[in-house]
Amino acid sequence: MADYETHAHDVLVVGAGGAGLRAAIEAAKSGARVGLVCKSLLGKAHTVMAEGGVAAALSNVDDRDNWRVHFADTMRGGQYLNNWRMAELHAREAPDRVRELEAWGAVFDRTPDGRILQRNFGGHKYPRLAHVGDRTGLEMIRTLQDYAVQMGIDVHMECTVVDLIKDGDRIAGAFAYDRDRGRFKVFESRAIVLATGGIGRAFSVTSNSWEYTGDGHSLAYRAGAALQDMEFVQFHPTGMVWPPSVKGILVTEGVRGEGGILVNREGRRFMFDDIPENYRSQTADNEEEGWRYVQGDKSARRPPELLTRDHVARAIMREVREGRGSPHGGVFLDISWIKSKMRNAPDHIKKKLPSMYHQFKQLADIDITAEPMEVGPTTHYVMGGVRVDGDTQMSTLPGLFAAGEAAAGLHGANRLGGNSLSDLLVFGMRAGEYAAKYAAETPPARIAPEAVDAAAKAALEPFGRPTNGSSAEGPYQVQHTLQDMMQDLVGIVRRQEEMQRALDGIAGLRLRAMTVSVTGNREYNPGWHTALDLENLLIVSEAVTRSALERQESRGAQFREDYPEKDPAYASFNITATRGTKGEMIVSRVPIPPMRDDLKQIVEENK
Amino acid sequence: MTATARGAGAGAGAGAASHDVVKSGQRAAARSDQSAGGEAKRATFQIWRGDGAGGELKSYETSVSEGMVVLDAIHQIQAESANDLAVRWNCKAGKCGSCSAEVNGMPKLMCMTRLNDLDLDEPVTVEPMRAFPVVRDLVTDVSWNFEVKKRIKKFTPRAPDAPDGTWRMAQSDVDRVQEFRKCIECFLCQDVCHVLRDHQKHDEFIGPRFLVHVAALEMHPLDTENRIDELRQAHGIGYCNITKCCTKVCPENITITDNAIIPLKERVVDQHYDPLRGLVRLFRRRK
Repeated sequence: MADYETHAHDVLVVGAGGAGLRAAIEAAKSGARVGLVCKSLLGKAHTVMAEGGVAAALSNVDDRDNWRVHFADTMRGGQYLNNWRMAELHAREAPDRVRELEAWGAVFDRTPDGRILQRNFGGHKYPRLAHVGDRTGLEMIRTLQDYAVQMGIDVHMECTVVDLIKDGDRIAGAFAYDRDRGRFKVFESRAIVLATGGIGRAFSVTSNSWEYTGDGHSLAYRAGAALQDMEFVQFHPTGMVWPPSVKGILVTEGVRGEGGILVNREGRRFMFDDIPENYRSQTADNEEEGWRYVQGDKSARRPPELLTRDHVARAIMREVREGRGSPHGGVFLDISWIKSKMRNAPDHIKKKLPSMYHQFKQLADIDITAEPMEVGPTTHYVMGGVRVDGDTQMSTLPGLFAAGEAAAGLHGANRLGGNSLSDLLVFGMRAGEYAAKYAAETPPARIAPEAVDAAAKAALEPFGRPTNGSSAEGPYQVQHTLQDMMQDLVGIVRRQEEMQRALDGIAGLRLRAMTVSVTGNREYNPGWHTALDLENLLIVSEAVTRSALERQESRGAQFREDYPEKDPAYASFNITATRGTKGEMIVSRVPIPPMRDDLKQIVEENK
Repeated sequence: MTATARGAGAGAGAGAASHDVVKSGQRAAARSDQSAGGEAKRATFQIWRGDGAGGELKSYETSVSEGMVVLDAIHQIQAESANDLAVRWNCKAGKCGSCSAEVNGMPKLMCMTRLNDLDLDEPVTVEPMRAFPVVRDLVTDVSWNFEVKKRIKKFTPRAPDAPDGTWRMAQSDVDRVQEFRKCIECFLCQDVCHVLRDHQKHDEFIGPRFLVHVAALEMHPLDTENRIDELRQAHGIGYCNITKCCTKVCPENITITDNAIIPLKERVVDQHYDPLRGLVRLFRRRK
């Protein structure tokens, strides 16, 4: 029998980024015994990397803003594949969630009259992002972390969940190992919230850290829940491209929000060249108007650099592919030019974008107050995730909830910048609330010892395999091969034939993953951890590829070279991925319920 | 993708202003290519391997390319020849504070330490932080820090200023607190602090990180709590003798000593050693 520790909770939250922390806080507030599990130390999750701000229609800077406009912006950005109920709740509740953070100690930048300052961002009609310079995520995670710690929530740091355990058709608990000693832990919990973030590590150029291996997506899928919208992977338009070791690191959209422009090697501000029809009326048609907009002139329309991320990323790709890129295969992003418009530009830039200044100075020897940056697209975010109910965040599996990036629905085909931080607050809270409610109303579940033994045996398998000879391969080779393949074949520009090759590749890598061997022992062994992550990466890679094949059109973040136009026939359903009885992946088209009339009207009014 | 709306007005305006952008961009790119210096170099890294029971520096060689940081070299070695080399990291952009270690004896974030700032003709040593117990290789047990934080009195705001439950604060009043809140909890300041590192006063002194945390709370314009008694006693602020080592190693450039610790020390002095206040206290106690 396997050797393990047992912990009992009413609600187990997996992941301690913004969504997980917010869920844990809410569940604890309602009196549930909450356990919070995270793969890293507390406070290091990817929320910390979020720079630009949190979107909420506080209307502190522009009083024309309100939740209706935010709702309409979110739906337009998502190309109407969003779960409209989630988009509604998100737009309505985000302002309260942001103000609540202030009551818990967050210190946002201020307006001249002392309220929370808001900035412009892509796809948002009015200045809407509450922020702290360009380190908003750090401010949020620290505020939530300190608040959760003060509530006395049990935190299991550096602990990885590898399996969910069911009792019949509902959730009973989770099986995990602690990273530092390699000991097993069993969490008894009849409600589990997955807040595990994204899947960026399935690609080679990404802004995501090692943690983002699609754990929550894969745990839910393997337990029988449905994934949705997995074809929609957001490639953030501006990642660093040089030097090679920093390729993919994020350059905040805030640079463009503060007036940064994109320029090709010919000196052309190419974003003016291709403005999509549905944004034409909201977009400036000359540079002067664009500058007035970022300076807060309410009569001006936004510059094309602030179009949605999918569009900007493709425009950059086009410039590079057609030979007009910068020396290292990106384009130029320039904020230093504003010195021609304001006297104290260098100080202004350092004040508004301190981490960007720091990051480029230290990692690339570039002074962004004097020189342009070189940038290109980087895998950043997955709109797809666990299919959930809009109000409760419960998945199709009773007792299993998901929130934040791990859940699907809010963002549809493309996420607007700033909507992820508000997403994790609004739906983290809702997931915590309803998970606690579910746990209170549900009798305890039973964990079968055989299920634990099987999970323990599977987790230790990589140690038992031969470590030398021709068949021995380490986990890193398989991981790197998968990442390179996904980047090449299922990246920002997709084609049928390439994605078919990717599916074959995934099948081959799955066999290799079953034979990788690891050296050393169970104590803090990254080789072992990487070997166990491979299954998750392979599942999410397959889900992305199969969903992308099924959607034979270009919409939002998905660009199909073989189907370059948007097809109205694809506007009425989401694509889901579920596990079949033989372990095969089943892809289905699930109709989107008709939008409520009052919401339809809001969309019309804001067109 | 179709190139539509190639507006005459837009395109025409773009040329002049952006010409300089391209020139300086090309210059910067050429400069970085030059410094790459052609083919890849090899470098030697002496990495501490071991656990709580002991360990030693082991030598690894790997190739070095343009722009690499110490963490890249560690990852490369991990993938090539030491799959089980334990190292903590996350963001790789100096924002999460996970990859703290001692590089050539200096407390550093490995992700922000460029190899071209080091002498690669000599082996580069990489060791775990010394102020904390080793778990394995470069990973230390920093859980003490999380325990310390629990002991600090929480943020307690005054009643809201406006009927809608919000507050008003001037930017100039939050600037200083925002400086403290830049802290990424890398614990390098704790590592370098001699009170913790050399004298192991972990039970009596909370260290620079948490003095900064207390300062952020005490100087928060909305906070109404008083943490001065604990600062003097349980938090041990008196142990700090202002050598400013913490400020020097802070990757966020927080002026820990001057802006956080010294003002807190002044508040302690004000509240506990001011003769006039002393008299008042004496009088109150007797009542």
